[in-house]
Amino acid sequence: MAEITAAAGSAAKQQYETEILAAEGVAKTFSVPAGELTVLEDVSLRVGSGEVVALLGRSGSGKSTLLRILAGLIRPSRGQVFASGRELRGANPGVAMVFQSFALLPWLTVQENAELGLYARGVGKAIAEEEALQALRMVGLEGFEGAYPRELSGGMKQRVGFARAFVMKPDVLMMDEPFSALDVLTAENLRGEISDLWEAGKFPAKSILLVTHNIEEAVLLSDRVVILGANPGRIRGELRVDLTRPRNHKNPYFAALVDYIYTVMVNPAADVDQPSAVVAAGIAGSRRSQLPHARVGGISGLLEIIADQGGREDLPKLAERLRLEIDELLPTVDAAVLLGFAEISQGDVIITAVGKDFATADVERSWQIFRKQLLDDVPFISTILEALKQKQSGSVKRDFFVDILDEHFSESEAEQQMDTLIHWGRYAHLFEYDADEEKLYLPEEE
Amino acid sequence: MASGVEKQADQLSTRIGEKALLLTAGLRRTQFGLPDLAVGLGTLTLLYVIARVGAESLVHFAPPEVIPSVSLDPANLPNYAARSTLRMFIALICSILFTLVYGYVAARSRRAEKVLIPLLDILQSVPVLGFLSVTVTGFIALFRGSLLGLEAAAIFAIFTGQAWNMTFSFYQSLRTIPRELDEMARLYRLSSWERFTRLELPSSVIGLVWNGMMSFGGGWFFLAASEAISVLNRNYSLPGLGSYVAAAVAAKDMRALGWAILTMVILIVAIDQFFWRPLVTIADTYKLESSAGEVAKFWVVDLWRSARLASYVLSAFEPLSRFLDRFLSRATAVKAASQFGSPVRKQQRLFDALLMLATVVALLLAAAHFILNEVSVSEVAHAFVLGAATAGRVLVLIVLSTVIWTPVGVAIGFSPRLSRILQPVVQVLASFPANFVFPFATLMFLKLGVSLNWGSILLMALGSQWYLLFNIIGGAQGIPNDLREMAASIGLRRGKIWRALIGPGVFAAWVTGAITASGGAWNASIVSELVSWGNTRLTASGLGAYIAEATAKGDWPRIVLGVSLMSIFVVAINKFVWRRLYELAENKYRLG
Repeated sequence: MAEITAAAGSAAKQQYETEILAAEGVAKTFSVPAGELTVLEDVSLRVGSGEVVALLGRSGSGKSTLLRILAGLIRPSRGQVFASGRELRGANPGVAMVFQSFALLPWLTVQENAELGLYARGVGKAIAEEEALQALRMVGLEGFEGAYPRELSGGMKQRVGFARAFVMKPDVLMMDEPFSALDVLTAENLRGEISDLWEAGKFPAKSILLVTHNIEEAVLLSDRVVILGANPGRIRGELRVDLTRPRNHKNPYFAALVDYIYTVMVNPAADVDQPSAVVAAGIAGSRRSQLPHARVGGISGLLEIIADQGGREDLPKLAERLRLEIDELLPTVDAAVLLGFAEISQGDVIITAVGKDFATADVERSWQIFRKQLLDDVPFISTILEALKQKQSGSVKRDFFVDILDEHFSESEAEQQMDTLIHWGRYAHLFEYDADEEKLYLPEEE
Repeated sequence: MASGVEKQADQLSTRIGEKALLLTAGLRRTQFGLPDLAVGLGTLTLLYVIARVGAESLVHFAPPEVIPSVSLDPANLPNYAARSTLRMFIALICSILFTLVYGYVAARSRRAEKVLIPLLDILQSVPVLGFLSVTVTGFIALFRGSLLGLEAAAIFAIFTGQAWNMTFSFYQSLRTIPRELDEMARLYRLSSWERFTRLELPSSVIGLVWNGMMSFGGGWFFLAASEAISVLNRNYSLPGLGSYVAAAVAAKDMRALGWAILTMVILIVAIDQFFWRPLVTIADTYKLESSAGEVAKFWVVDLWRSARLASYVLSAFEPLSRFLDRFLSRATAVKAASQFGSPVRKQQRLFDALLMLATVVALLLAAAHFILNEVSVSEVAHAFVLGAATAGRVLVLIVLSTVIWTPVGVAIGFSPRLSRILQPVVQVLASFPANFVFPFATLMFLKLGVSLNWGSILLMALGSQWYLLFNIIGGAQGIPNDLREMAASIGLRRGKIWRALIGPGVFAAWVTGAITASGGAWNASIVSELVSWGNTRLTASGLGAYIAEATAKGDWPRIVLGVSLMSIFVVAINKFVWRRLYELAENKYRLG
């Protein structure tokens, strides 16, 4: 890990105003029926000319919101955003964006889509056409000018999205999960081409700001990875990626860095700028009160796969094998760890003895194991059981528990926590649930 | 950057090749082909008819004392049909303009939205026919001494039957524009004009066309009711299909009625084929999901597209339209300065709330003043009881239509062959103005001695039941095939299949249909609870008859009372019955 140097998140204040893009003490809250929901808290960030910055975070880390605040599409609740020294008061004129869903207008041709931003700038027809053609040529869409988006594959649509952004010659090109709506091969291909363009120095933007939850993508493309934490979103720290370009997945430093970030991401309590400590401590020590939203079937499926692989598996490999994005896999891994079925160490998942037992047990035995782990590791389950036993009817409204959870979580999160608790508790035969009446009750004595 | 693109390139080049083939085939044809002749002649004829018929309503200046007479000679029917159609289209244009302005303002301004949307909700519930008295007198006063007042009143009646639905649809489309498209438009600084023409209008055009088509169909009913009306002890009639039917009823002329109905059917089918179907086909290209799919085809559109005349004319106008586009775009460019807009201040919110409160108090005071001075409390109670009677009729109607049409609708929906044949028929039936067949029903009631207290239910159902059928067919079509196969394979009995699958499956569609049907029935009650054949009059006791009588007599306080009460009934039933059922349908009985 010698190549990895960590940099502190906050820098000198006076510098902000000279950067190409800078956020200072930005926070965002939304008002919800129950009060205020804080999505971002005290975020400060700089993007300099000529660098590629990746914002990496799990869902709920507010990374897309942060991107939109920097683009001037959302007004921050607190703090300021500066574009080339001037404070933003609307859509950032120096920014072009590539969207996850492509955001093409289906009734305009490829050419018309690419020209869209130019006409709005008042550029003449002939010049606009020429510039759009040039951008389309750059993304390999020459000959498709007259096609409509519906005639194109997903990868080609995103190429149009890039062409439309290139035409603007922006200071900062923002990419909001640009490859996540594409299949694995197409994404890999397009990612490589964008990386090539940047390395060749022909890129029609001074800087790139990339939002992603794909760790390899972040390491492959960026000079700096800014890691965001969730609930509320905040910057946990950042890592400099000092790897020479073009980068190679198979480079041991590349792999080590990816592994390290995985470990950091599955352990929200860890400090980003203390890599060795985090790795040593492992994840077992941190017991969070928030349950990951995972299905029992998913947990046992994951454990079976790991057991088949000899009880230990690299997380990135596992994600690749399952064709899952890390965001989709993490809750299940978290749940397995929380329930003592697995451990995390240096980016690997290692199955425990109980986990192996659970993965191989028959139906009857597996819910009994699950019940034991649940009672040991999830204190709130005991709270629910106590409450049910206290009532003579043996039944309690779901809302009673949601109200308790409400004190620790946002309203929608509390509902989701409750859904997970009910799902797990039902599987463990600890209680039953009537969805129509929204009541939990103790099962009949057998 | 070419790798991975070849395959698509291949597909596309074959597609482009096909297009090129078509083009050269077009060039090889003689200069003007049959399609050109058809399109050219069709356009010229249409222009001629519009000019002639339009001129008639302007030329026939006459003081309201001189009522234009309607001749029952069937030879006049084409002319009457043309005049009625012209009214319908003028109303449609007005509705579209209203829709664009009102919907746009409501969607773009948070403050305006707070007032405009509830207001639209209420406007939608106000019985249009109850307002004819107000509008007829108003417009006559406005165009003193000319027939234009009556024309405007009829057009306004149709407009009020069309506009609200379309406005809601447009507003909904604007509010549901995908977030990333909206962000794209803001980030790339599209001018307001560009935003409107490239993003907002195209994404709402499908909803607008479908709603326009449905509302247009409903408009015939109001046209028929508003062309011949007695207001303030005076009979007004405008030459048109509706007044022709009214005259035939007064003269007890069965043959003339038959001709009128035939004309109406031809008119509805023709407008469907030459106007709405082509529009629907064209609108289909504005689907938001940009995946490849079947391209919708329709013969009129094909004819238009293969006629080169059309593209000549269009290309002649292109420089002008491009100039206008650029000009408007520049004029509405986004200013570089503040786009965020100032946040709503606390004081402003307080001010808004106070203003709202003051309005409510003022309205309540006005209502109290009106009840105590203009009418009496007992009159209000009386009208309320009548309203309850009409509500009972609407309820019976919904229950009966449901019992009759659910099995039929499900049978049609489950059979692709039946639905292909019958769906257009149901659509025509739904747009056919029920008041054209009222005379036959009235005659039957007279012969059989049926009280209109019950008979009016049938009359109200004649127009409104089709919405139920229509929606149930759609709902049945939406039940996934594998669920039906599952039910059959596990050997569920008929009754159980209905309870477990079909009932819940069509529930949401049924609610939608029932809301429309009950709204239509309330409106229809005004013409259904009081009917006549020659000099014989049949009356039912209900709020509809109350309003109709007050209108005929010109009894203002009672008109206002009746119409307001009916609006309150409709709004209350919507809020407390339909909206709840709708939520139930959304939450519990949603497929997929």
